[in-house]
Amino acid sequence: MTLINEPVNRADHKKKYCRFKKNGIKYIDYKDANFLLKFVNEQGKILPRRITGTSLKFQKKVGQAVKRARHLALLPYVTDSLK
Amino acid sequence: MKKSYESVFILTPVLSETQMKDTADKLKKVLTDSGAELINEENWGLKKLAYPIQHKTTGFYYLVEFNSEPDSVNAFEIACRRDEKVMRFLTISLDKHALEYNDKRRKGEFNKKKEEVAS
Repeated sequence: MTLINEPVNRADHKKKYCRFKKNGIKYIDYKDANFLLKFVNEQGKILPRRITGTSLKFQKKVGQAVKRARHLALLPYVTDSLK
Repeated sequence: MKKSYESVFILTPVLSETQMKDTADKLKKVLTDSGAELINEENWGLKKLAYPIQHKTTGFYYLVEFNSEPDSVNAFEIACRRDEKVMRFLTISLDKHALEYNDKRRKGEFNKKKEEVAS
């Protein structure tokens, strides 16, 4: 029987950070499909910010880049076994 | 005032090598006629599409980066629409970050992001 108020061990819960601000990336290239795969789940859907931890500004750029890549058939709109 | 643009278009794989080159050259000529100045061209060759377009699963990708007056892009896009060999095209305008990224991409093949992946 798991304890109801089991203490959440803070150790392994690492703080999420925006990888674009940290690495100083300014432009997300829509042509670089395997870089965009990091922001898409295995069904080809864009991952939400609460999972990836990216800031709003760059999440919009990621969304735009993924949609452009989908238009150019570099990324699928929907699939069942990506990655 | 010249703005910088980048256009990727996909040609049907049905064509022979020469026809592909002619179509690409024809489209580039449309650009240069309307006063565009080509900066960079890339030929990604035959690539597998993520989903079939017009019932074809592969396509011939071609990238063109150019500076031009805003109204000359329209002529290029009309030419792409009229030409049935062009399956799909996407033209975007480049801001300063994009331009800097493109220069870095052209010079050092690995930019920061890829270096991290490679190292």
